[in-house]
Amino acid sequence: MAATALEIRDLSKSYVVNGAPLPVLAGISLDVAPGEFVSVVGASGCGKSTLLRLIVGLEQEHDGRLAYDGRPIDGPGRERAIVFQEHRLFPWLTAVQNVEAGLARSDLGKSERRRIALEHLALVGLSNFAEALPKQLSGGMAQRVAIARALVSRPGLLLLDEPFGALDALTRSHLQREVLRIVRQEGLSAIIVTHDVDEAILLGDRVVVMQPHPGRIAEVIVEEEGPAREPGTPEAVALRRRILHRLGED
Amino acid sequence: MTAGLAPRVLRFSLLPLALLALWQGVTAAGWTDLREFPAPATVFARALGEWQSGVLPEALLASLARDLAGFALGAAAGIPLGLTLGLSPWFGRLVGPTFDSFKQIAIFAWIPLFGLWFGMGESAKVVFIATAAFVPITVNAWAGARALPQTLEEATAVLRFSPWQRLIWARLPAALPDIVAGLRVGLINAWLATVGAEYFMSVAPGLGSVLISGRDLYAMDLVLVGVLVLGLTGVALDTVASRLGAILIRWQ
Repeated sequence: MAATALEIRDLSKSYVVNGAPLPVLAGISLDVAPGEFVSVVGASGCGKSTLLRLIVGLEQEHDGRLAYDGRPIDGPGRERAIVFQEHRLFPWLTAVQNVEAGLARSDLGKSERRRIALEHLALVGLSNFAEALPKQLSGGMAQRVAIARALVSRPGLLLLDEPFGALDALTRSHLQREVLRIVRQEGLSAIIVTHDVDEAILLGDRVVVMQPHPGRIAEVIVEEEGPAREPGTPEAVALRRRILHRLGED
Repeated sequence: MTAGLAPRVLRFSLLPLALLALWQGVTAAGWTDLREFPAPATVFARALGEWQSGVLPEALLASLARDLAGFALGAAAGIPLGLTLGLSPWFGRLVGPTFDSFKQIAIFAWIPLFGLWFGMGESAKVVFIATAAFVPITVNAWAGARALPQTLEEATAVLRFSPWQRLIWARLPAALPDIVAGLRVGLINAWLATVGAEYFMSVAPGLGSVLISGRDLYAMDLVLVGVLVLGLTGVALDTVASRLGAILIRWQ
C-alpha cells in the first residue's frame, strides 16, 4: 500500500459570485497516510466543508491535484465515504434498509446485503433498531445509522463533516469515542472537519488549522498518542490555547 | 383511540346538530314556505322512502361508479404526466407551460366540446370527471417529483445510486406525500364534477337526475335529499382517501 492514501497538492477552488470569482480554498497541500485520523478545524467560512465535498467528489471543479490511492478524484467512489452534520437518512427506509443503500452498487445478493448491513448496525450498537424508521430514532441513533451506512461499503477513507455538531454534549462525547474505536479497528483513514477545538484535539493524529478568506492552512500540528488528547489535561489545554490563538488571527 | 372517540364524535356533530335544530325551529315557526323549504321530518321521510323504493341506492351506485371511473382515468393520466414533468427538465420546459395554461380553463367550459367529441352517453361524463380529477393530481405529482431535498439528492450521489435506484429509492418515495395529497383533492373534484356532469350533461341514472327530478316535480324535499346524500358521500370518500393515504406514507 502506498504511504499516502489521500494526496492534496496546491488545491484551489473558487465560486463565481455576481460574475466575479470568489476564492474559497487557496493552495491547500496535505497528505493523509493510511490509518491516519486528521482533524481540520476552522471558523465557518474557511472552506473546510468545501474541502470535504471536493474529496468525496460532490464537487469536481478545482485547480491542483487531488488523488486517492494515486488515482485522481473525479467523482464519488466506493473507497471514500462521508457522514454529514445531518444524518441524511432516507425517511421512507428502515434503519437496515438505509444501511443497505450504502451497498447500492455492490454485486452482492439480497440476503448477503442484509447480513452485512445488520453487521454494521451491530458495529454502531443498533442491532435492536434494524426495522425502525428514521423518525423513530433519536438524533444520536440516526447519526449512528449514517455512520453504519458510510462504512458498509468498506471504504478506505471516512470523511466526517461536523458529524456531531447537532448532538447534545453527552451523545457527542460517546459517538466521538465510538467513531475513534471503529476507525482504528477497521484501519481506516479519516478526516473530520469541525469547529470544536476539543473534538479536533481528541480525534486527530494531526490537527490542521485553517483560516478563511480564502480558506488556507495556517498550521498543521502533530499530536502524540495518549493523555495529551483528553480534554482538560495540561497538554490539551495548552494545545487548545495555541489553536484558538491561530484561529483568532486573520 | 376509543377514549378520544366520544368527544370527537361530539365535536364533529355539534354544528350539524345545531343547524338541524335551527332548520327544525325555522320550519316549525312557519317562517318559510314549506314547499320551498320543507321541514327536516319531511326530508328524512322522503329519504327513507326513496331508499326503500331502491331509487336512491341505485342513483348513488350509478354516481359512485361514474365518479370512480373518472377518478381512475384522471389519476392514470395525471400521475405519470406530473412525475414526468418534474423528473425530466426538457419535458417540463416543453409541456409545462401548456399544462399551466390548460389548468386555468374552468372545467365547465369543456362541457359543450366533450359532448360533441365523446357523444351524449357515459363516456363524455367520465372524461369530464377525469379532467376535473386530472388537474390537481398532475399539479401535485409535478411538485412531488421535485420534492427530494438537495441533502438527500447528494446522499444518492455519494452512495452512487444508479439513475434507476435514484428514481425508485429516492425520487418516487419523496414524491409520494404530494401524490397522495393530489389524489385526495382529485377525488373531491371528481365527486363535484360527477354531479356537474349528471346535472348539466345528458340525463342518466345518478344523484344528478335525483336533483333534476326534484326540480322538475317541484319537490324540494327530494332536492334536499340529493344534496344531503352528495355531502355525506363526499365526506365518506375523503375519509377513506385520507386513511388510505396515511397508510401509504406511514414513514412521515
